Parts: sequence; structure tokens; C-alpha cells
Amino acid sequence: MKKFGGPALFLDRSDINTDEIIPAKYLTEITKEDLKPYLLEDLKLPGFDPKSEKTYGAGAVVTRANFGCGSSREHAPWVFEVNGIHVVIAESFARIFRQNMFNCGMAAIELAPAQIDRLFTFADAADATIEVDVANTTLTIKGGGREESMQFEISPFDKALVLAGGWVDYADSKY
Amino acid sequence: MGMTTAQKIFAAHLVDEPFAGTKVLGIDVVMCHEITTPIAIADLMARGKDRVFDKTKIKAVIDHVTPSKDSKTATQAKMLRDWARRHEIKDFFDIGANGVCHAIFPEKGFIRPGNTVIMGDSHTCTHGAFGAFAAGVGTTDLEVGILKGVCAFREPKTIRINLNGTLPKGVYAKDAILRVISELTVNGATDRVIEFGGPIVDAMTMESRMTLCNMAIEAGGTSGICAPDRVTVDYLWPFISDSFASKEAAVAEYAKWASDADAEYDKVIDLDLSNLTPLCTFGYKPDQVKSIEEMAGTPVDQVYVGSCTNGRIEDLRVAAQILKGKKIAPTVRGILSPATPQIYKEAVAEGLIQIFMDAGFCVTNPTCGACLGMSNGVLAEGEVCASTTNRNFMGRMGKGGMVHLLSPATAAASAIEGKLADPRKYL
Repeated sequence: MKKFGGPALFLDRSDINTDEIIPAKYLTEITKEDLKPYLLEDLKLPGFDPKSEKTYGAGAVVTRANFGCGSSREHAPWVFEVNGIHVVIAESFARIFRQNMFNCGMAAIELAPAQIDRLFTFADAADATIEVDVANTTLTIKGGGREESMQFEISPFDKALVLAGGWVDYADSKY
Repeated sequence: MGMTTAQKIFAAHLVDEPFAGTKVLGIDVVMCHEITTPIAIADLMARGKDRVFDKTKIKAVIDHVTPSKDSKTATQAKMLRDWARRHEIKDFFDIGANGVCHAIFPEKGFIRPGNTVIMGDSHTCTHGAFGAFAAGVGTTDLEVGILKGVCAFREPKTIRINLNGTLPKGVYAKDAILRVISELTVNGATDRVIEFGGPIVDAMTMESRMTLCNMAIEAGGTSGICAPDRVTVDYLWPFISDSFASKEAAVAEYAKWASDADAEYDKVIDLDLSNLTPLCTFGYKPDQVKSIEEMAGTPVDQVYVGSCTNGRIEDLRVAAQILKGKKIAPTVRGILSPATPQIYKEAVAEGLIQIFMDAGFCVTNPTCGACLGMSNGVLAEGEVCASTTNRNFMGRMGKGGMVHLLSPATAAASAIEGKLADPRKYL
């Protein structure tokens, strides 16, 4: 099972799409590792620099609603995966992106808007870090001398995929 | 309680329910293209499982960048081609025979009412036009589909959209679906199937129904769905005539997949489109929609007619009707990409290609290229495209480029004027 968490990257907008996560022109790469330098390259947000140390040092993403909408490209979860980001926390996800995350053994965690707002209160803390315990469905955020923990829900199937390391291993042993 | 089309298809294809709410379905058609399939192939090879569950149920096409534009895309095409040959996949479409996946696979009669369909492409929802459950998936789901012929879903609820009235002159399926998306918003149908019905849908061709279902994903929908009927049977007849005594018999058989009258919907939305105007997106989300009357006059650098949304023969006919005897504005680059070789040939035979070329359009081979900014019509920074495609995300057709989604008629009118234009004055 993967490690879930690390320095938090806050992306404060809804409907961040797959073209913003990984532009189509990089879909010609045929290994996941080759995607590494292009993380969030076309995402334009105030104060956000895709090439910064903050972006490339992140271990978890916190964002708003309908994250990952658009294309079915699994290159979107993969560009997070090869950069060590194994968990995305959002108000909601587009279906295909969400399934792709779990299929890769990664976690797409949905929280109520009020809880997402709580996480965003840590956005200004330079040392904001999130640790996620998938088995016990809890997450903890620390930063700026504060700490908060919260419970989340994921479906039993999605949890099984994370524990199995992804859908190929799960399906291959079962079907 | 009756069942929806999606519920009936789920019940008929259920292989396993490993947990409450998760349904593993047997898949009838697994479609593959050269962008999302090669990594699945490579992973299967690395696992020592380079197999396919059923070579007759796998369909493959090179469509996103074709002919290949560089070494990387040539490698992707080669990986798909070699794999298709190795596994004797008969329904593989390469240069000379290839076209946009969601146009060519229906054209070959591969999708039937009641089918389950997956592909590593978000616009797979198009095939729901045949009364199928058709969902875009990622590469891992595709890989398992290739290996095992199954895919897991949360059973989606169904949103029923009734399109009532009649479409006015100059208003088409594209305008109707833009109206629906503006109603639902970009995530209003997440984990939902969008079922289209009502008198406007009943009167639509299969091509128009595919345009409707194609953009279900732009509202977050898992699949679009239209009930199979006589129109469906007429379209499929060349492929199914051996299986049925008559078209009536086929209609009666396929009717079992239609939603029951007492089916339970998540939501029912009635839209009377009798007064709808041609529509056009603004901004960078497909639910940002305005009347062309409000948008007219916005200068455009490029006009694109093509894609899995609007690259079919009826789309070319509509655009050609407006372009006939006219020239596009000198400030505009017009690009037409017929979605399949068959459409291209029909367009030649009907004189449509001549009309497009006389008007000043460049005609490319069938490919997805321009729609996602990969080839054959990429925008430069700051450029604007009036496009019959499905997605207007920032940079979708090229970094820093802006896309206005609209119908083929509105695209043609806009090409003539060099700015967004109302097509009704040309009809």
C-alpha cells in the first residue's frame, strides 16, 4: 500500500479539469515517469506556480468541487503518482478521475464543503502537512502550530482497491 | 416498480457485486485507441499477461493523431497496431480505414441496444444513443476490460430529460445539448446516466442522438441514453437483417431495453425547445452558454467542423448548405475534418467537399487531432476558435487558445463573417 500524505498543496477553485492537470500534448508519452515535469502545467490560479518547490514537494492536494472533470486520461492520476502525491481531498470529483485514482491504489477523498473550508484555514501555513490513514478513514492536518483531525468515508470497494494496490491486482485475483 | 434502461442493462450484465453498491458488469464491447491503450498493453506485457478476453469483442482504431506527427505518436500507433495484429483483432482500423472512434464504431454497427460499452475515452457516452450503457473509463479499467471483459461501476441513477416541442429552423441537436448542459451544470449529472426522450428526440436521426449523448460527460454524466426505436433499427438494419424476420420484429425485440413507464428517475427535467435560439459557449466551461444573438460579432481566427460531436454527414450537409457559393472571411482559417472515411466519401459524392473547398476550407483526413489540440489545427496563444467540438477548457485546442462550442450551422455562418454569427439568416 502507498503512503498517503505529506506537505499540502491547496488549489482553491472548483472544476479543475484534466487538461489543467496534464495537458493533452503530453499524452504522447508512453511511460508514467515521463509525465513528471508537467504536473498542473496549465493551471492558472492566483499565487500558484506549477514549477515551484511547493508544487513539486507536495504529498497531498486539497481542492474544491468536481475535481478532475473532462477527459478520461489516467495520465491525471499518474502525474500525481509519479510526483509522490497519492491523495487528493475535494468536495467532489468527476467520476472517471475518482475511479482512476482508486484503480491506481490512490485515494480520492470527498469531504463536506464545511470540512474542506476547515482544511483551507491551513492554506497560509507554510508547513501545512496532511497525513491520511485509509484503513481507519481518518486524516490529520498540521500547520502553523495547529492541528485538526477528521473522519472521512470511502466506499468499501474503493477501500479494497487501495488495500489491494489497485484494480488490476484486485480483478486479476478475482475474475 | 419499473426499471430504467440503465437498470435493465446492469441487471442483465451483472457478474459480481463485491460490496453493496458496486456492480461488476460483463462488457460487450471494449474499444481502444492509440492514446490511452498503449500503457495498458505495456502493463499487461510487464505482468506477463499479454492476453485479450475475447478478440471479437475488442475494437481498436488509431484516431487521435493520424497519420502520426512525430516519433512518439508513431510509437503509440505502432504499439496499438502490433498488439491488434498479435491478438488477431479483426476490427482494427488503421490509416486509410481509420476515423474518429465514436463515429466509426457506430458506423460499423458494433453497438447494439442493451450493450455494455467501455473505452479509454470520456466521450464513450456517445454510444448510449443506441440504447446501450456506454462509459468512458481510464487506462486501468480498460486494461482489466481487455484482460477479463469486466468493469466495476457504482450503479448510476438516471436523470430523464424530455425535449419537448419541435426544434426551430437553424437549431440542432448541438444547441439542444448545450441547453441541457447549461441546465444541469458541469457536474449536475455526476454518477448519473442522462436519458434523453420526448418528441424532439423521437424525431431525431441517430446522428443527432449521438450528438446529444456525446456531451453527457460535459455535465458529468456516466452515459447518455436514448431508447431504441425504429430509427435505431433503420440505422442498424444492414448489420442485423440476418437476425430478424423484419424491422418490426427488431423494434419489438429492442423495445425491451426502453425504460418502463413507471421507472424511477433521480430527476425528470422537461425542456420545451420550440423557442430555442442557436447557442454558443463563452468562457472555459461547457455549461457557460449564451444565445448566438448575444455572442454575435466576437472575432474568430479559426473555424473547425469535425469531431465525435459534429463530424458526421448530416453535420457536413448543414454546414455546406450555408457555405454554398460563399467565401469564408479572409481573416479566418476554416478546417473541416470528416469523422470517418465513409463520411468523407459520401461528402465527396454529394459535392459537399467541393463546397467547403470552394469556400476556402482546408479539408483534413478523419482524426480527433484539432479538438484536443494535438494536431491538424492547434491554436496559438490568444487565438479564438469557433468549433463544433465538445470541450472549451482553457487551452483545450492549444495553449492560451479560446474555444466557442457551437453547431455546424453556426460554425459555417461564423466562418463566412469571420466572427461568431447567427446561422438563421443564411437558411
